[in-house]
Amino acid sequence: MIKWLVNLGSQGRKFLESLGRSGQFLFAALAGVPNPRVGFPLLIKQMYFLGVLSLAIIVVSGLFIGMVLGLQGYTILSDYGSEAAIGQMIALTLVRELGPVVTALLFAGRAGSALTAEIGLMKATEQLSSMEMMGVDPLRRVIAPRFWAGFLSMPVLAAIFSVVGIWGGLLVGVEWLGVFEGSFWGNMQSSVSFTSDVLNGVVKSVVFGFVCTWIAVYQGYDCVPTSEGISSATTRTVVFSALAVLGLDFVLTAVMFGDL
Amino acid sequence: MAQRKADLTVGLFMVAGLAALLFLALQVSGLTLRPSDDSYRLHANFNDAGGLTPRARVSMAGVTIGSIREISLNRETFQAHVIMDVNAGIDNIPADSAAVIRTSGLLGEQYIDVSVGGDMESLADGDTFYSTQSAMNLERLISNFASGQ
Repeated sequence: MIKWLVNLGSQGRKFLESLGRSGQFLFAALAGVPNPRVGFPLLIKQMYFLGVLSLAIIVVSGLFIGMVLGLQGYTILSDYGSEAAIGQMIALTLVRELGPVVTALLFAGRAGSALTAEIGLMKATEQLSSMEMMGVDPLRRVIAPRFWAGFLSMPVLAAIFSVVGIWGGLLVGVEWLGVFEGSFWGNMQSSVSFTSDVLNGVVKSVVFGFVCTWIAVYQGYDCVPTSEGISSATTRTVVFSALAVLGLDFVLTAVMFGDL
Repeated sequence: MAQRKADLTVGLFMVAGLAALLFLALQVSGLTLRPSDDSYRLHANFNDAGGLTPRARVSMAGVTIGSIREISLNRETFQAHVIMDVNAGIDNIPADSAAVIRTSGLLGEQYIDVSVGGDMESLADGDTFYSTQSAMNLERLISNFASGQ
């Protein structure tokens, strides 16, 4: 019993310490604004790896999710003879929920895990400590560009995901199942509001981008510098990111749309 | 060279993101960039506004001529007070026209239909519709029918 309590206490203390370290780490990475002449090319390079190279998975998933939404929505709505409402159903689902959430989950799997493994390996091979020896701050040189690149790429990816998904729904609903195109767009435009739906979706994706990248770079920077340490840090990145995204999604939805 | 290629693709990526956001704004949410001064306001009081919502359309002969700006309760008459924006181009609505709340289809949203009157004078900015017809309430209709009124 006593042992169990001691164990619980040390686990709790470890958790709090880790939370504190991640907060300090975030502050240090954000406060260290790099020289724009050096930092900007680093940021561009990371945006290429995190954003541009994630485009393929985002576009393909968005297309298929939009097509599935079109098929499912048509089957349900045609029972009530209101299959013209398929446009607003697809657009609201994608813009409010699926766009930011699925993009964040894919982003955590595709880019977050890569970030953790890369930084973890840098730590294991003592590249980070040799940078410090040379008087280069690894937080500025390695962490900050990766953090900002993830933070900026996520909303762009989520917007592209939603647009491709809506196009997929149009393909299935209008081209294949024969919904009238005018009512597809008309119903969508009359029910989707720019500020309360589109902008709230963008806010969601910004928050998810912040959280996913923070978890990924922190897990890499804080990992045990062995091969097992890196592998468990990568696992933790994906698991924590998925849990954080889904949990935060509920909170954000409750604040934005739920009238709680 | 590799750096320039990365620059270019990241630039294209950001442009694609902005284009996607623009598409969401203009095509999906129907946001128009026209200034708001090319419409004028009309008022109407209804006994029952039913499921009417702001941004719902105002139409005449099935053509959309404006949208609903605000719905509030008039504290003196206990009626629903609806303010609508009508396109400035439609400036010759006869003054004795009626505002009727209708439902598009069986499950569709509610909107205001302006049924045209025959007056020579027309409604101007800030005017109120004299005759209105409230939303059809299915339950009330059935209960009236059942009690034989």
